[in-house]
Amino acid sequence: MNPIKPDQDYLQFLQQGHFKILRDRLSGRHVFYPRVAAPGNGSTDLEWVDASGLGQVYATTVVRVKPPGQDYNVCVVELEEGPRMLSRVEQVPPGEVRIGMRVKARIARDGETSFVVFDPLEQRA
Amino acid sequence: MSADLFPRGRTAVVAAATHGIGLAPGFTSIDLAVQASVKALAQVGLTPADVDGLFTGLPDDFLSGLSMAEYMGIAPRVMDNNRTGGSAFLTQAMWAALALNAGQCDVALIAYGSNQRSASGKLVSSMKPSYLETPYKALKPISAYAMVASRYMHQYGLRREQLGEVALAARKWAQLNPEAFMREPLTMADYLGARMVSDPLGVRDACLVTDGAAAVVMMRADRARDTVKRPAYVLGAAAATSHRDIASMPDFTVTAATSSGKRAFAQAGITPADVDVVELYDAFTINTLLFLEDLGFCKKGEGGSFVEGGRIAPGGALPVNTNGGGLSCVHPGMYGLFTIVEATQQIMGLAGDRQVADVNVALAHGNGGELSSQVTMVLGAAGAD
Repeated sequence: MNPIKPDQDYLQFLQQGHFKILRDRLSGRHVFYPRVAAPGNGSTDLEWVDASGLGQVYATTVVRVKPPGQDYNVCVVELEEGPRMLSRVEQVPPGEVRIGMRVKARIARDGETSFVVFDPLEQRA
Repeated sequence: MSADLFPRGRTAVVAAATHGIGLAPGFTSIDLAVQASVKALAQVGLTPADVDGLFTGLPDDFLSGLSMAEYMGIAPRVMDNNRTGGSAFLTQAMWAALALNAGQCDVALIAYGSNQRSASGKLVSSMKPSYLETPYKALKPISAYAMVASRYMHQYGLRREQLGEVALAARKWAQLNPEAFMREPLTMADYLGARMVSDPLGVRDACLVTDGAAAVVMMRADRARDTVKRPAYVLGAAAATSHRDIASMPDFTVTAATSSGKRAFAQAGITPADVDVVELYDAFTINTLLFLEDLGFCKKGEGGSFVEGGRIAPGGALPVNTNGGGLSCVHPGMYGLFTIVEATQQIMGLAGDRQVADVNVALAHGNGGELSSQVTMVLGAAGAD
């Protein structure tokens, strides 16, 4: 088994278009952010698995920007697998992102950098 | 868990000083910290040469403990350059109490200073950029606290006017404190009309960016009694940590102050009802509500209604942040040490126009990171039995 190289592996997967998180084989629990040992039990029996990409907004804010800049969303998403991550919801105005909103991950790119953002799972009525 | 043998009342804060609050152009952070230090030491007839326990943590110097010792020309036996964030100095007061009680040192100096306002006009960050955070451009730290407030509002229906009560109370206290940086009147209309920064927190929900320094001197109770008329005995001090970055906070509406507070009160043998003044690290208005709840002054979810009607303002039932707090008095990057300074001055009866009558027990509470580190300290006018 290749040893887990947390940051390097994670970012490489993202570059290749895959959002992967770690799973601890010992406890069955998912781990995010990536690390060499699971939190708590210290298990190093970790594997990379595809994230479902599903989650819901746990907390949200709108960062206000002086015009002509645009306000934007920053939020914490609770992944269906359990862990939470800092991210943002796109495709809706930042002020319309609601706690509890169901969202799906998408890999966004900014120059050389790939990172995970979320879109609302269904259009709000 | 093992029995908590904290040396209740065996040590005391005997001196507390501030320096350069507001603007102190031309001085570096270490200059300010040392100015506050010599001022505090002079209050009790001491000089740096008497210090054998040095506790510090400057914003712009990874090895600041070494720098402070060198600058003051001392060779401390015990030294700590703590990095739990703004709570660091309460963490250090806890260690200082343990070290003094164990005879590891005899005179402990805790000092901090920052020239952040003069130097850069904004919070100086020594944090490493992270691929987990950088792409999302959160305004740190306010966006982290804003998300906490969003979650709290979602669960408990908090209103902005209730956060405003915290800002107004802090300002009213600051108006009684000649050292405070912001003393002009603040109305609810001013608060609600202030520029939004990261919803639901606006510019009047956020702590100041100022210069400033503080220092306190601690010693064992027997010597403290011979040194000052009314020492501020350390009755309890306990720390707890729950995460570092906000995304990893277990429950955004409950801080680790539930743990630090409970243990500090148990060490002191008191309950929140016994506390005469409360000095909380109010980096943002939401902090004050969370800490009042988590320390047991009111129930979870009731912080907003608790502070209504000026309850924590001058003349209210529970005096909170009697110097004006980080919101209106001073916030030089890390505010924690100022909670100890104000708690000490209230116990010693040295707080001037803002002095609360008959202060026998004062609580100081520090916050570090993004609600990550919580440290509670109970100070009392009466020491060990």
